[in-house]
Amino acid sequence: MSPSPDLAQPIGGDAGASCAERANWIRRRSIQMVYEAKLGHPGGDLSSADILATLYFGAMRYDPSNPALPSRDRFVMSKGHCTGAFYSALAAAGYFPLEELSTYMQPLSRLNGHPNRKYLPGIETNTGPLGHGFPVAVGMAIAGSFEPDPFHVYVLVGDGELQEGSNWEAAMTAGHRRLSNLTLIVDRNHLQQGAATEDTVSLEPLADKWRAFGWTVEECDGHDIDGLVRVLAPGPHESGRPLCVIAETVKGKGVSFMEGQASWHHGVPDKEQYEQALRELGE
Amino acid sequence: MSGASETFDCRVAFAEALEELAEADPRVVAVVNDSVGSSKLGGFKKQFPDRLINVGIAEQNMVGVGAGLANGGRIPFVSGAACFLTARAMEQIKADLAYAGANVKLCGMSSGIAYGELGATHHSIEDVAWLRVMGDITILVPSDPWETREAVRAAAANEGPYFVRVSRLKVPNLPRPDGAEFRVGRAEELRAGEDMAILANGIMVHRALDAAEMLAREGVSARVVNMSSMSPIDEEAVLAAAETGAIVTAEEGSVRGGLGGAVAEIVATRSSCKLEILGFPGFLPTGSVEFLLGRHGLTAEGIADAARKVAG
Ligand SMILES: Cc1ncc(C[n+]2csc(CCOP(=O)(O)OP(=O)(O)O)c2C)c(N)n1
Ligand SMILES: [Mg+2]
Repeated sequence: MSPSPDLAQPIGGDAGASCAERANWIRRRSIQMVYEAKLGHPGGDLSSADILATLYFGAMRYDPSNPALPSRDRFVMSKGHCTGAFYSALAAAGYFPLEELSTYMQPLSRLNGHPNRKYLPGIETNTGPLGHGFPVAVGMAIAGSFEPDPFHVYVLVGDGELQEGSNWEAAMTAGHRRLSNLTLIVDRNHLQQGAATEDTVSLEPLADKWRAFGWTVEECDGHDIDGLVRVLAPGPHESGRPLCVIAETVKGKGVSFMEGQASWHHGVPDKEQYEQALRELGE
Repeated sequence: MSGASETFDCRVAFAEALEELAEADPRVVAVVNDSVGSSKLGGFKKQFPDRLINVGIAEQNMVGVGAGLANGGRIPFVSGAACFLTARAMEQIKADLAYAGANVKLCGMSSGIAYGELGATHHSIEDVAWLRVMGDITILVPSDPWETREAVRAAAANEGPYFVRVSRLKVPNLPRPDGAEFRVGRAEELRAGEDMAILANGIMVHRALDAAEMLAREGVSARVVNMSSMSPIDEEAVLAAAETGAIVTAEEGSVRGGLGGAVAEIVATRSSCKLEILGFPGFLPTGSVEFLLGRHGLTAEGIADAARKVAG
């Protein structure tokens, strides 16, 4: 495989880069990974890039050289199909070499289509089947609550993913236990695999559902880094309750022909589309 | 040789058969989990919009809803990626379908390792073993488009819970005599042979036929038996194969508890036949379908190698 031009760019690991620059780098890198692997989920990669960049570079406390540090804040990528963005964020955060991103989904690569904690540092739990990450995150938050200085647990779920019942069981447990060291982020891009969530099985009124389960809710623009930094600050939440951040996003954000299109859930760009996507995502 | 002919995605045959059934019988409905596209049911949705029930990304709910539809006199074809349909909804399958004897037809799409690089969560190599231990659910693993169509028809025609494993890995239509008939519970001998027998199902059957052709050139006469009916299984055909003295089983699934396991249960207690089980040893590393099949000997060459080992 030809080395990708972006590999020369150190921004992924550059300590001075802003969250916005890193988010854009994650976008470019995920598109490149999907293009090279001819597989992946670019729509959801792009919708979650700003959230991931904010978590890794503007919120969480962690040490990539010591991924098992007991006091680390935890992040669970419950929407595990978006590994283009997730692996890019992990590499940028320093968990493994940036060069390894170009092995995405190649035979025997550590960068499997869905994240495996046995393969790579920085992955807390295996995801891919939807509706798994959140209950595990609740368990982590309960474990954290035993600590004198509780670590914070973040979990990112897809909006379509919320149709899985396991999420609502977890929501009840977390609400009941008032887990103030837990933040769940909904990547509210309004699309699932085949269509809009509201045309499949509607989620609205979504904020009311979370409140009814004993959570506090923040609704924000999932592409506004400053707003994200504000709501994603590590707890404990003053409310004494778990926090649900409903991040309004655009599936395919940043690439005009992918934005808001269900077909780009797992679409793969051809050469022309790939070049256009990189042009639109700029430097 | 079968390898040379045109190949097909069996999901298309599944969808065509379901549309025909729905046309003929208003009780037939489809239940999906955000899987209209991946089950090739776009045409069904267009033709029968109110008989396509999309419960969202919610497999446990999907199987339960299927059981309720059956209670209400419908014939539900519950269709989604085999990995989530079985793994996620296993207790619904056990309690609501198998134990309760509900007339629900589970159709597991893109079974086996069709999702290749997406990894072990998306592979469905355990499904047959999991379902087989229950005994009260009919399990069909069709080998080609013709047999997929027949399996879907059989599921609709017979009362009780069914699981039909539908591959999206392209396979040729297998050579069959005119008037060939599909029967639940019966194995199908596709090639006669006396030196040893290859028992296969699903996408491995055409590879088994190719292996037999290779073996024939070496003077080994290998029988090829299509074991598409996994439960009930054709014990007589297995015991007849055991009389050759050597069996190789080949399946796109785990080496534990699937076709190999079922054959072992039969031959170990009733014959002294040698047995070689081809399949996957467990969770698989990252890799494409062909890479993973090749790595575990699930190719014509791999089957022929295993045959030489047991028959030699
Ligand atoms: C249990 C389960 N069922 C089905 C799937 C197949 N699947 C993968 S992604 C997806 C849609 C997810 O939509 P959403 O959660 O909204 O994610 P996003 O829009 O952020 O990509 C589906 C149905 C799966 N991975 N897991
Ligand atoms: Mg979505």
